[in-house]
Amino acid sequence: MAGKRKPKLAVWKFASCDGCQLSLLDCEDELLAVTGVVEIANFPEASRRVVGGPYDISLVEGSITTPHDAERIHRVRRASKLLITIGACATAGGIQALRNFADVDDFISIVYPSPQYITALAKSTPISDHIPVDFELRGCPINKYQLLEVVGALLNGRKPNIPPYSVCLECKRRGTVCVLVAQGTPCLGPVTQAGCNALCPSYNRGCYGCFGPQDSPNVAGFAAVLEQLNLRHDDIVRALRGFNAFAEPFRKVSEAYEK
Amino acid sequence: MPVDTSPEKAIYVLETGDFQTLLDAVMERGHSIFGPVLRDGAITYDALHRDTDLPLGWNDRQQAGSYRLVKTKRKTFFAYAVGPHSWKKFLHPPSDMLCAAQRIDDRFSINEPDREHPRRAFLGVRSCELHALAIHDKIFTDGPFINEAYRRRRQDILIIAVNCSHPSETCFCTSLQTGPRATGGFDLALTEVLTSGNHHFIIETGSAAGAELCARLPVRKAARTDIEAAEKVTSAAAKKIRRSLNTEELRETLDQKFSDPHWGQIADRCLACGNCTMVCPTCFCSTVEDTTTLTGEHAERRLKWDSCFTAEFSYIHGGSIRSSTLSRYRQWLTHKLAYWFDQFGMCGCVGCGRCITWCPAGIDLTEETRKLQEKKFVIRRTNGR
Ligand code: SF4
Ligand code: SF4
Ligand code: SF4
Ligand code: SF4
Repeated sequence: MAGKRKPKLAVWKFASCDGCQLSLLDCEDELLAVTGVVEIANFPEASRRVVGGPYDISLVEGSITTPHDAERIHRVRRASKLLITIGACATAGGIQALRNFADVDDFISIVYPSPQYITALAKSTPISDHIPVDFELRGCPINKYQLLEVVGALLNGRKPNIPPYSVCLECKRRGTVCVLVAQGTPCLGPVTQAGCNALCPSYNRGCYGCFGPQDSPNVAGFAAVLEQLNLRHDDIVRALRGFNAFAEPFRKVSEAYEK
Repeated sequence: MPVDTSPEKAIYVLETGDFQTLLDAVMERGHSIFGPVLRDGAITYDALHRDTDLPLGWNDRQQAGSYRLVKTKRKTFFAYAVGPHSWKKFLHPPSDMLCAAQRIDDRFSINEPDREHPRRAFLGVRSCELHALAIHDKIFTDGPFINEAYRRRRQDILIIAVNCSHPSETCFCTSLQTGPRATGGFDLALTEVLTSGNHHFIIETGSAAGAELCARLPVRKAARTDIEAAEKVTSAAAKKIRRSLNTEELRETLDQKFSDPHWGQIADRCLACGNCTMVCPTCFCSTVEDTTTLTGEHAERRLKWDSCFTAEFSYIHGGSIRSSTLSRYRQWLTHKLAYWFDQFGMCGCVGCGRCITWCPAGIDLTEETRKLQEKKFVIRRTNGR
């Protein structure tokens, strides 16, 4: 990179809670290092300064829920060399995709006093349903070390170490006692992608599946394990319908258990 | 492996009330002690200093996919089987720095990490675990390629074994002749004898270091009746073991059943989560991970535990050669029970039962092997899965 201009980084927001963008701010000590190697060209959470495109790296947070956003994401794609989606909303539709399992108009009529002003798409969908995405960073929210890892890998021209295998591998490497086996606590670790360093089991709780399905998910087999733990069918549906409810492997099995 | 340099093994009796003197003597010899302690609802291996750090009075109940602790009124020291941890976490750690590189102007320097050379004592090593250690010793330190980090960590370990009195329901060492009684590879081996009015340890020396330690303890020479009482403990333990693995012609059978539809039935249940490989004391596979700082001034290369249950594990140019869970489970089981013989001249399983207990889906390799063995061998066309 020496002597060259700093790559321009932009952060874009779609339907989301801003939590993933905050992970970038949360980098604190490392944030200075980030600004040392990239020019932050567009990051509304951090600064009002906007530098025009094109951008070398775009980080996209949030899902597509309105016709306006479905249009805007194409402009972001056109202005970006590398586009990375960050978080469960952008990669799977997010918690707001729970509405995909029902009729959005029913919700709108209950929630808003003047529903006629609301234009929302029938479904909350991931960015990759609309445009080609170069890399997906999972999590609700993303893990700041994974974000730094991806940015660092891109800047140094190497492969990012973002393993797509299960949370259980991280859980066992850190020596946590399995809450599923030792306590019968429902834990989504076996079907969920690693990335959080198995945070919840280390605090004696089951995994909530924030990072979405691992790359070889056997969700039907996992649901059978939950049945063995005496979970009722509606409990199993709820366990699978979190931040990544609309990710296909989770969605298919939750729909099967709903019947 | 500690060498038995004592002319004859000696057998002593140590009262349970004097157990701390053993720990003190070990620590005075400069070893930090690691052994069974209670943590988060299981018995794990961590640092300990006092006899009261041990899971006194605790039993375990293990089944396929389930582990529970039970408190009893008795003051037993070692009345449980192996838990989720194994000694490999100390000798072949889950994440280990191989080297680091630093950029200096337009050159770079490579720095090897300070190789750990800790003086540790492992307390409460079970017979199956001694066999697992022997397997890793062979793989890592025997042959043309030596794992230097392992060798250094291993060389000064003092091993205090414990003969099992309370095998778990998932133990099957008797099928593989790996337990429940330790027969070698230790400095000291303890048997906890608890009869009405008596609660003491029978200590057998297995090395000069072990003999030297005993010389500093308030022990008495074991009488014939003491030795018989200890033997009764381990023979009773052996009788309690319910699970079994029939190893007769196992290698040939597994070869023949390579395309059996039963593998598909296992794959329906297997979550490809990798827990079995992580808890297994003999699984040694690792991957190498390179990281850099943002600026690229500093880079590190680390070794990390890997698992044959991941897609990345068999990734070669163009894709994963074991894309199905079926092929991954089959790889794991046949490597353990068949191809390990070709590779290392021994079985890759020591019958500790961890992969059975800690599998969230409760998949039991002894049960699956039995089902494969029971099925008639038919030559069938396969799609080459
Ligand atoms: S606690 Fe959860 S993530 Fe950890 S090993 Fe058990 S099932 Fe996997
Ligand atoms: S497998 Fe055998 S040696 Fe190992 S813990 Fe169980 S009884 Fe003891
Ligand atoms: S394969 Fe299972 S029973 Fe055999 S040594 Fe490994 S964990 Fe223990
Ligand atoms: S056999 Fe059990 S522990 Fe091993 S990968 Fe399959 S489900 Fe996980």
